[in-house]
Amino acid sequence: MSRFGLDERRLGWLLCAPAVLAMLLVTAYPIGYAVWLSLHRYDLRFPDRQSFVGLANYASVLTSEVWWRSVFNTLLVTAGSVAVELLLGFALALVMHRALVGRIAVRTASLVPYAIITVVAALGWRFAFDPTTGFVNALLGIDQAWLSERWSAFFVIIATEIWKTTPFVALLLLAGLTLVPPDLIRAARVDGATAWQRLRYITLPLMKPAILVALLFRTLDAFRIFDTIYVQTRGAQDTESVSILAYQALIARLNLGLGSAVSVLIFIGTLLIALFYVRLFGSDVLGRAGERR
Amino acid sequence: MSRDVGRFRILLAVILPFLSLTGCERGSDEDATTTLRWYVFKEQSGAFEQAAGRCSKASGGRYRLKLEYLPTDADLQRELLVRRLAAGDRDIDLIGMDVIWTAEFAEAGWILPWPDDRANRVRAGCIAGPLASGSYQGRLWAAPFTTNTQLLWYRTDRVSEAPPTWDAMIDAAESIGPGGLIQAQGERYEGLTVFFVSLLVSAGGSVLDESGRRVSLETGPTRRALEVMRRLARSPASDPSLASRREDQCRLAFESGDSAFMFNYTYVWPSARANAPEVAEHMGWARWPAVDPSRASRVSVGGINLGVGAHGRHPDLAFEAAECLASEQNQRLAARLGGLPPTLSKLYDDPEVRDVFPFAEVLRATLADAVQRPRTPLYSDISIAISRTLHPLSEIDPERDVERLRQAVRRALNSEGLL
Repeated sequence: MSRFGLDERRLGWLLCAPAVLAMLLVTAYPIGYAVWLSLHRYDLRFPDRQSFVGLANYASVLTSEVWWRSVFNTLLVTAGSVAVELLLGFALALVMHRALVGRIAVRTASLVPYAIITVVAALGWRFAFDPTTGFVNALLGIDQAWLSERWSAFFVIIATEIWKTTPFVALLLLAGLTLVPPDLIRAARVDGATAWQRLRYITLPLMKPAILVALLFRTLDAFRIFDTIYVQTRGAQDTESVSILAYQALIARLNLGLGSAVSVLIFIGTLLIALFYVRLFGSDVLGRAGERR
Repeated sequence: MSRDVGRFRILLAVILPFLSLTGCERGSDEDATTTLRWYVFKEQSGAFEQAAGRCSKASGGRYRLKLEYLPTDADLQRELLVRRLAAGDRDIDLIGMDVIWTAEFAEAGWILPWPDDRANRVRAGCIAGPLASGSYQGRLWAAPFTTNTQLLWYRTDRVSEAPPTWDAMIDAAESIGPGGLIQAQGERYEGLTVFFVSLLVSAGGSVLDESGRRVSLETGPTRRALEVMRRLARSPASDPSLASRREDQCRLAFESGDSAFMFNYTYVWPSARANAPEVAEHMGWARWPAVDPSRASRVSVGGINLGVGAHGRHPDLAFEAAECLASEQNQRLAARLGGLPPTLSKLYDDPEVRDVFPFAEVLRATLADAVQRPRTPLYSDISIAISRTLHPLSEIDPERDVERLRQAVRRALNSEGLL
């Protein structure tokens, strides 16, 4: 039996090998190259002046106020959009779950924003809030240059993100909702649990893994926000995210060393976020294993 | 069966046009005419297309110029070119280069220096300011083609004559009251750097030293320039939206009639005549006011020079085409159709050109000792450092900001840190 298990395992590895190789080629190599570049002074405008500078690029990024301001901006957008998306997404998931008539129509309609390309969505929102071409000012009866002030620009950016990705969160949460056995809810109702108690003590705990997956995906995504900001303000009015910063260093200034240092720091940031959530996952999984015993 | 045939026909109908298109492309490559690609901003009047057509014709079929348009936004223009040039794109034969790119492109080896005989021909009769903008370290890297600089535009019905100094101008504007606003570029972008550099040099200072490798920013002149900016921004005569004003918003504001002064390029003249004739009727022009009463003002030069891409396949033909494009008759065409000021001094005496620019004399005099923005390959970094440090103008503290500015420019010169 154990020998058979061993063979199984080896076969498993063998079957995985091509995928692992491909992953190494397309992700590990670029990441390694970026790390190598980030340790050098390497500016495409001065191809001759290339040298190894150790961690100097990192020191220069981490001591710059521009970097910390953009980290703050990124976290602001991340927290603002993910929190609202989770609430709206949950509401939307409940609607999709309960919809008795036109189930398919409801699900399809709610997915439309997610199907639209981010750049197009960002442009659409930009035009909507534009003082001359947009309808928002006319609707509210005010005269506000939304994208030329910092906080109102953040409002538009976050609103665009929410509109765009709420369906994605809703879809993941819907998958979680379908995991809750209807019998359990019915039994609770017989025992006299109120709607809030059913949600709080039965539905939510059972959905926890789905919620965590939705949170993880969205947080990672929001932390790397680029296209919406690039289209709407191009980082003006102090709305730069860390990805915009990397783009400017790499593409506009061709400073590959410094830009790679920024990119590696973004990578570390997403890694930390992932670790944080995996920790949450981990305790969840361990907790249930304990119960079972 | 017949349905299948129908489908096949539709498929053919979709595919065939593409096949024939690629066929055409191949055909044109095979004939003897060389296609030269000229990357340049999209000039609305069609003057560039006409000039390109003339030169292609004059070459007797040796080359054909094809225009490739750059994006409208100045930063995106540079981004597109720089990315392709750094990657060694062989399709870039000629480049319509903004004057601030010369040092960067030359130092990186993306453009070729002009051969001596051609360079001498191009230099002949060219106004000093525009000529210097295409030169770097003693060589000509880009042939002056069209140029531009700012003038002071004022309302002749509100002030009797153009004020000689900045202080006199702000005093005059304040005494007018309503309708006395001053329009200048205070948004955080390249225009703010242009504004600062013009004031600084007018006060007798400079951003970098002669070598272009060290920060200069002498305390006296720098503080003086910052004082002028601060006074302007805090004056009741300053436009309330100064902090978000670019050239075009200034033009629109001036055309609306409540301003007495404006700092702007020459395109505002035809625009006012077309859009606000009642304003144009009372529009006067003068050289920028002086910062220091004992020195004439000096203003930054702009415009487009013609560079030849270093990775192109036909550099000799490209130089020939560039020389043709920058010739007298094509500069006259660009002035007449597009309102782009020429770089050749004698064209300012041409009646046709004077018709377009009634202010030709002031324009030529300003261009003759125009200021170059810092000539360093790191110019774009330095420009960002300056505009970030000085924005918004109303918050400038001349005592503190001289040192802040020096530090920001020094960091940019050392390629240090993020911008």
